[in-house]
Amino acid sequence: MPIDPAGRRAVVIAGLRTPFAKAGTVFRDNTASELARHCTRELLYRTELAGDQVSEVIYGQVVPSPLVPNVAREVALLPQFPKTIPAYTLNRACASSAQAVANAADQIHAGRAEVVLAGGVEMLSDVPILFSRKFARVLQAAARAKSLGQRIGAFSSLRPRDFKPVAPAIAEPSTGMTMGDSAEKMAKENGISRIEQDEYALMSHQRAAAADRDGRLAAEIAPWFTGAGNDTVVRSDNLIRPDTSIEALSRLKPVFDRRHGSVTAGNSSPLTDGAATVLMMSEEKAASLGYKPLVAVRSHAVAAVDPGWQLLMGPAYAVPMALERAGLTWNDIGVFEIHEAFAAQVLSNVQAWGSAEWADRLGLSGPVGEVDWDRTNLMGGSIALGHPFAATGARLVTTLAHLMVERGEQFGLVSICAQGGMGFAMILENVQ
Amino acid sequence: MSAFRLERRGGVAIIMFDQPGSSVNTISPAVGWEFEELLERLAHDDKVNSIVIASAKPDTFIAGADIEEFARLTTVEDAQRLSRDGQLLMQRIADSSKPVVAAIHGVCLGGGLELALACRYRLATSHPKTLLGVPEIQLGLIPGAGGTNRLPRLVGLRAALDLILTGRKVDSGKARRIGLVDDVVPEAILLDTATAVAERLAGGWKPKRPGRGFLAFLLDSTPLGRMFVLGKARDQVEQKSGRNYPAPYRAIEVLRTSNDRGLKRGLEVEAEAFGELAMTDVSRRLVEVFFATTALKKDDGVPAGSGAERTVQRLGVVGAGFMGSSIAGTAVLKAAVQVRLKDADLPRVGRGIQHAEQVLRTQLKRRRLTKFEFTRQRALITGTDDWSGFARADLVIEAVFEELGVKRQVVGDLEAVVESDAVIATNTSTIPIGEIAAGARNPERIVGMHFFSPVDRMPLLEVIPHEGSAVDPVITAVRFGRRMGKTVIVVGDSPGFWVNRILTPYLNEAGFLLEDGIPMEAIDRVMTDWGFPVGPIELLDQVGLDVAEKAGMVMHAAFGSRFTPSRIFQLLRADDRLGRKNGRGFYRYRNGKRDAPDPGIAKLVGVENRSDFDKDKVRERLVHAMLNEAAMAMSEGVVRLPRDGDIGAIFGIGYPPFRGGPMRTLDAIGTVEVVGTLDRLRKECGERFAAAAVLQEMARTGARWYPNGGRR
Repeated sequence: MPIDPAGRRAVVIAGLRTPFAKAGTVFRDNTASELARHCTRELLYRTELAGDQVSEVIYGQVVPSPLVPNVAREVALLPQFPKTIPAYTLNRACASSAQAVANAADQIHAGRAEVVLAGGVEMLSDVPILFSRKFARVLQAAARAKSLGQRIGAFSSLRPRDFKPVAPAIAEPSTGMTMGDSAEKMAKENGISRIEQDEYALMSHQRAAAADRDGRLAAEIAPWFTGAGNDTVVRSDNLIRPDTSIEALSRLKPVFDRRHGSVTAGNSSPLTDGAATVLMMSEEKAASLGYKPLVAVRSHAVAAVDPGWQLLMGPAYAVPMALERAGLTWNDIGVFEIHEAFAAQVLSNVQAWGSAEWADRLGLSGPVGEVDWDRTNLMGGSIALGHPFAATGARLVTTLAHLMVERGEQFGLVSICAQGGMGFAMILENVQ
Repeated sequence: MSAFRLERRGGVAIIMFDQPGSSVNTISPAVGWEFEELLERLAHDDKVNSIVIASAKPDTFIAGADIEEFARLTTVEDAQRLSRDGQLLMQRIADSSKPVVAAIHGVCLGGGLELALACRYRLATSHPKTLLGVPEIQLGLIPGAGGTNRLPRLVGLRAALDLILTGRKVDSGKARRIGLVDDVVPEAILLDTATAVAERLAGGWKPKRPGRGFLAFLLDSTPLGRMFVLGKARDQVEQKSGRNYPAPYRAIEVLRTSNDRGLKRGLEVEAEAFGELAMTDVSRRLVEVFFATTALKKDDGVPAGSGAERTVQRLGVVGAGFMGSSIAGTAVLKAAVQVRLKDADLPRVGRGIQHAEQVLRTQLKRRRLTKFEFTRQRALITGTDDWSGFARADLVIEAVFEELGVKRQVVGDLEAVVESDAVIATNTSTIPIGEIAAGARNPERIVGMHFFSPVDRMPLLEVIPHEGSAVDPVITAVRFGRRMGKTVIVVGDSPGFWVNRILTPYLNEAGFLLEDGIPMEAIDRVMTDWGFPVGPIELLDQVGLDVAEKAGMVMHAAFGSRFTPSRIFQLLRADDRLGRKNGRGFYRYRNGKRDAPDPGIAKLVGVENRSDFDKDKVRERLVHAMLNEAAMAMSEGVVRLPRDGDIGAIFGIGYPPFRGGPMRTLDAIGTVEVVGTLDRLRKECGERFAAAAVLQEMARTGARWYPNGGRR
């Protein structure tokens, strides 16, 4: 289903994000809605866009606060906008804000919207902590109680262990396996060695550190004010380790399988807070408002695998689908952005794309393609920058768009693995 | 045309007050007669068992008495008659055999509240625009249509004193808590509820009014408690405003009589006091100031219809320092505009944003903003160290360092990013606007906006067109200043503009008095006794001695020897005394609060404090320094009208409102006498007191600043 090149095209005007910060650090006392509003509002000012031009806000969030179930609407209710902009929050796990960009593109393509803000936010410093189901039941019963006696009675059945709070784990509800367990499984089944993973992580950090130094990352970040005097300015990501080394990485102990494992904190993406927003328009609207778009959305695809198999293998299916829909082949793509949940996952995906056996399995005439690391994740990836689940997709789209324009490449590809065995891919086309 | 419309719902007659040709309802004798007639008719109408009074105006129940009526009064007797007529009308309502219910939505002030007080039951809406109060004290009067008597009977002595002596307005929530209204409902069901209440009252229902507790009983309802409360109120009045305003004392007296000798006698003394107060100079001046401020709200400082406002939705502020961030915070608080705050580096911007938010936070703490309003408003403030977000600004106010080169640079940078017809305003107190605009590509869109510090509290704004300013930017600046809650005067582009022009000789004179050995607290005391909120020395500390010294030098350079500063200012600056801001000034400061005079000053100045001085002479020198300069500046056309000069002095430097402003004072003293005093001071103190040419001329011709002596 290639997008009709003569039809309405959805273009990316600009993207902006907050700094990405290790959970529990910079944004310890903030909320998801504050982060999402901050970068979206600053994007509005940097693009000099009038708030009343916006037709819709689509935002992703994987772990929403029960107090703000629809963070997109809170973004749309910034005072810079009229109060009448509809908004919804979606959850495509780690591909959420890429999905928001895809949905925005579809809305624009179908003529249902002209200007859409698409993005995502994750606030792992503020995950909901739950009471046990039994304690919750007792509280509800107490609330309904008609007398003091009944109320006390409701509490009498509680035992100390019922007070233990329940924190959400990053485990698959269908298998009970955590993300890390799955990465371990993939490393073992696909024969990805510890040293390969650590070398990959090192590359991610070194590239991110370079992009931080030369200001390419800062151009995508809305500075954040904090501190007692509000004069501490955070304008870079705090998880990048410019001085890390292969020695340092190889000293780390495996986290998920202590005896036979290879997945460590160093070659995995960390728990991160952050938000990112992309401004999208129809090509006509952009022209009439005088904007020079960066890229157009050419195609997108999403696939899913059995979570009990190799959980993070979705991209191996999604990427060929997106290429086919775009009417392109791997070799047409000039720049790649691959989400790095784990080094083991990236290398497993890469292995599949390059394998004839995998091509057979998909019924393709040959392998999807060989990864050229000089065209891939040039500014580092989620391992170094951090991975606020629902914000990562919008970051990848923004970074890819900038790289394509900077390098004069016609096509670029985003690949994201997601919880639940899903994979997401999107192909962008340079319009400058 | 009738001011009232009658509707009927069953046995309830609803009187809709809808004054023709006016956006608000006011109470005047004509309205009163019509209302009495209507009541009389309803009294004999068998189909009517009860009455509801409501307003057909949006957001106004009754705004108060028609103040034009007050201004037309010429004798004490007339004024007393007006009061008694009002009292009679309210008595009719109170005595009505058919219960009357007031259904209040919107402002309910002065005579409006007095009318509501006479009703059997008061129902108010929960809308934020529903505000109740008796602001008569602000015009030098007391509530004269029975309010001073009925209020304590309804809400108790202490709450009544508070409302009457401060003139403040309360919202319906507070009104309900103190018992001023019986119930509060959403606007949508006001008339339905009022009608239902009226029916119940007609059926003999007696609404229960909750008691106010034992302490309230002791203080409000026992002779000893009342004596204590009234005595305390008197002390507080004396401490706060001295003896300059008679109305608070008369109010307390009426409350005492009303309480000791009953309603009938209370009403008599209320009318007597009202009549006498209405004829005092104090009340006259305050009424004039009221009219002048009202007129200024409609006057853009340029001929009406000569141009158009650019409605400001996006404001840019350059300079995130104390001034810039205060402007940003106040603009967000009052006008709810988007503000983009720019400075050279982000830490400064961050501090500025925090300071701007502080303006909002203060309102949050005082519960004048809800948590949700606060969150929404603070999101309007953003900051940057580049020019992003300025391209669509309607108005940009620069508040950078007071230096011509810096300001010109900012104007140049701004012109490169903003739309060609966006307005650029420069906040300066010492640099001529024309010079800042001189290098600009579009100098016609540049105007001065001189804010006073602290911006969120000071009520005045001077808007200064330079010679080449177009009309639209002036209108835009004036209207936006008004949206920021300021009283705006348009003044000429001459050094010091208006306020600092007349203030500088006054502050200089305070310095000369110190040189003569007059103790600083004596100097300040003389002027606070005269009605200023603070004396000149304390004012210097507040303004900042660096700022004052710099302004003084600029004025000296512009106007020559008449403005030669007292040598004291330089001495203090050399001693690192900046005033309140660094805790070292003429006075000592403890935790930012003024303490005793600093004994080091006498040594620094090198004179012994004298005790043998004539207070009248001290006052004469200070007042005449200001009056003479005001006359001179006025004759040069620095402000367009004596009205603007007077309002500027009252709101800009706290010139005693009951004196009406410097131009009113000149008329009150008489030009001949002023010139005589100036001639004498010139001999005694020096050339700086040489009488302004315009005063000498006026003394010859007998002219006045307000020729008809008149109200406006």
